[in-house]
Amino acid sequence: MGKSRTGCYSLPHNNQNVSRMTETTKTSAVPVQVGLFVTCLADLVRPKVAFAAVRLLEQAGCTVTVPQAQTCCGQPALNSGDQASTERIAQGVIRAFADFDYVVAPSGSCTGTLRHKYPELFRQDLKWATRARALADKTFELTRFLVEVMKIEQVNASYAGTCTYHDSCAGLREMNVHEQPRRLLQGVTGLTLTEMVDANVCCGFGGLFSVKYPDISVRMVSDKCANVASSGADTLLGGDLGCLLNIAGRLRREGAPVKVLHVAEVLAGMADGPAIGEPESDS
Amino acid sequence: MSAAGVNPTIPFRDRARRALQDQTLQQAMNKAQGGFVDKRREAMAQLPEFDDIRDAARDIKDHVLSNLDSYLELYEQKVQENGGQVHWARTTEEACQIITAICREAGAELVAKGKSMVSEEMGLTGALEAAGLKVVETDLGEYIVQLAGETPSHIIAPAVHKTREQITELFHKHHAKLGYSERVTEREAIVNEARNVLREVFITADVGITGANFLVAETGANVIVTNEGNGDLTSCLPRVQIAVAGIERVIPSLDDLSTLLRVLARSATGQEITAYTTMYAGPRHKDDGEGPAEYHVVLLDNGRSAMLGGAYRPMLRCIRCGACMNHCPVYLAIGGHAYGWVYPGPMGSVLTPLLTGFERAVDLPNACTLNGRCKAVCPVRIPLSDLLLEHRFEQHRRGLTSAVGRLLIRAWAWLARRPRLYHGVMVIPLWLMHRLGRKAGALRWLPLAGGWTGSRDFPVPAGQSFQAQWRATQKRR
Repeated sequence: MGKSRTGCYSLPHNNQNVSRMTETTKTSAVPVQVGLFVTCLADLVRPKVAFAAVRLLEQAGCTVTVPQAQTCCGQPALNSGDQASTERIAQGVIRAFADFDYVVAPSGSCTGTLRHKYPELFRQDLKWATRARALADKTFELTRFLVEVMKIEQVNASYAGTCTYHDSCAGLREMNVHEQPRRLLQGVTGLTLTEMVDANVCCGFGGLFSVKYPDISVRMVSDKCANVASSGADTLLGGDLGCLLNIAGRLRREGAPVKVLHVAEVLAGMADGPAIGEPESDS
Repeated sequence: MSAAGVNPTIPFRDRARRALQDQTLQQAMNKAQGGFVDKRREAMAQLPEFDDIRDAARDIKDHVLSNLDSYLELYEQKVQENGGQVHWARTTEEACQIITAICREAGAELVAKGKSMVSEEMGLTGALEAAGLKVVETDLGEYIVQLAGETPSHIIAPAVHKTREQITELFHKHHAKLGYSERVTEREAIVNEARNVLREVFITADVGITGANFLVAETGANVIVTNEGNGDLTSCLPRVQIAVAGIERVIPSLDDLSTLLRVLARSATGQEITAYTTMYAGPRHKDDGEGPAEYHVVLLDNGRSAMLGGAYRPMLRCIRCGACMNHCPVYLAIGGHAYGWVYPGPMGSVLTPLLTGFERAVDLPNACTLNGRCKAVCPVRIPLSDLLLEHRFEQHRRGLTSAVGRLLIRAWAWLARRPRLYHGVMVIPLWLMHRLGRKAGALRWLPLAGGWTGSRDFPVPAGQSFQAQWRATQKRR
């Protein structure tokens, strides 16, 4: 990699944020220990989302640790019906995150798996069922964690644009994420939030579904893109990279000039630079 | 499986693709879309305790399933006390034989039929026609579908896939010879013409066959809910009345009925209650002026009792409201016929493999994004998306999925359990994808992912994984 390290995002150095972080840490006796579940898509495709999550969690006063012994929550195996493989991946995740107060991920889908699917997987195995339950109970989607556990009312960010928010299915129906990201977005300076039609209808991603049943998937994502367009928003936000890659990919193919960003990027004030699927500028 | 509409020769993917390309179908589905959803939402808003009633409805059905044998016996006893007969059919073939025999014994020529999904499951119309009987569907949607030589594409709106223009042409083609020479294009005129044609059928039919939404054990009544009243004319007017139902339709009492009715119509059409809700308990009694002379109930098992003891048991709670398909984005995109058998949408994707064989419906549980909207709206809280996932486990155990797919997943899972190796392996592909795509921001083609890149770009990865970047920043800290 050249010295420009294109595509890498170093930790943000925003003095205001850092000072606020220190204050919070000082006031609370024992800082909340959060294990960041990076998610495979943020890890491999959009690291900026995980950096944004770290920044938001630290601003909220948490101590964030990123266990190196993590890759993916196992959904590709789970949704393909491979129970044995999923169980082994789940055991790795359970071990890696056993010691934190909370496990937080910038995804409703992955946290939904940790929270609801892992305990189900081990329902015949008392020892692992107990450990899976313990993990499940402390696992949160990022925006819900910030609002409901850390009681964050206001983030320190600005974004010039009209945004619409896509409710990812697992976030909405498994993790009860709906109001929390919207409430935080209300506090972003310069940001206007507008609702699109059918914001809570699936975008057609569905993991391997998008590759196995492309005709149906593309029809669903095209409907979503049409709803984004008719909302008049210039930016689409969401809390799950799977959906966002799908929608951004289709918007790109349609040539639609809508920016796609993970909600954490906007909330952390890291929305500058190319949006998802946008070219890097030469400068 | 003898039911009409099964066409195992055309794979699901092809049926789905055809449906997506069928402009007329898409037009009809677009029109239907939203209507059911909005009406249900409005009905919910007017009944704040709806979720509590759903819990009660689920509990009633669970209680029945735990005591199914007792309630079925009680129900049979009550039907007999009322002067009717209960017939038990293990398979759809047996059910068709029983019903054909009843019709033969009655010397029947014309059979009027109300809407019944279980009769579709039996392939009943085909069996009766093969026995030389004329069968006429009397539900408007079913009648349209019958004229078109098709099968229902929705369990409560059988002709939802048809446009009004198509119905106009169908009626003109079939009714002109009955003296209706004008093309009817307006909704009311279409309904009136069907009403006039069908009235003749009600009056002259020898046998009337309907389904049953519920069978009430304490009274021996079968309950049908309709909005057209055709079910009542079908039940009352012919000399012989036959109700067909799956064994899971039985419920304990009239109190339970009132609870279930409160969730059924609201979930289905957003109505508080359907226009007609009727209970039938036996044939005409000595002092009755009218009513059928014979009353039969044919109860079908066809795999249901085998579901009682396993993971799919919650599926037997289903009250056939159609809310799951009304809210399913896949169903709304491809319509009911693409599912290939009687029951479409999420409930169909769970039921079809169980009733027709796991190996005959491998695609159905997979053609789903697991978005969970079906589970969220089910009035009896069937965890539909979880049951679809259960089916995927089942397929994997039975080796019904592709060997290559299984191998790839296992290889990926092996790698995913070795974080250091996993991240090492990813370095070059990430760097390469970034190099190739950073100028455009997205890739138009990816190996092994033609399904994705056929109609979508793939946003280009950052070039270095988060974990790699994180390690670097931690060192600098």
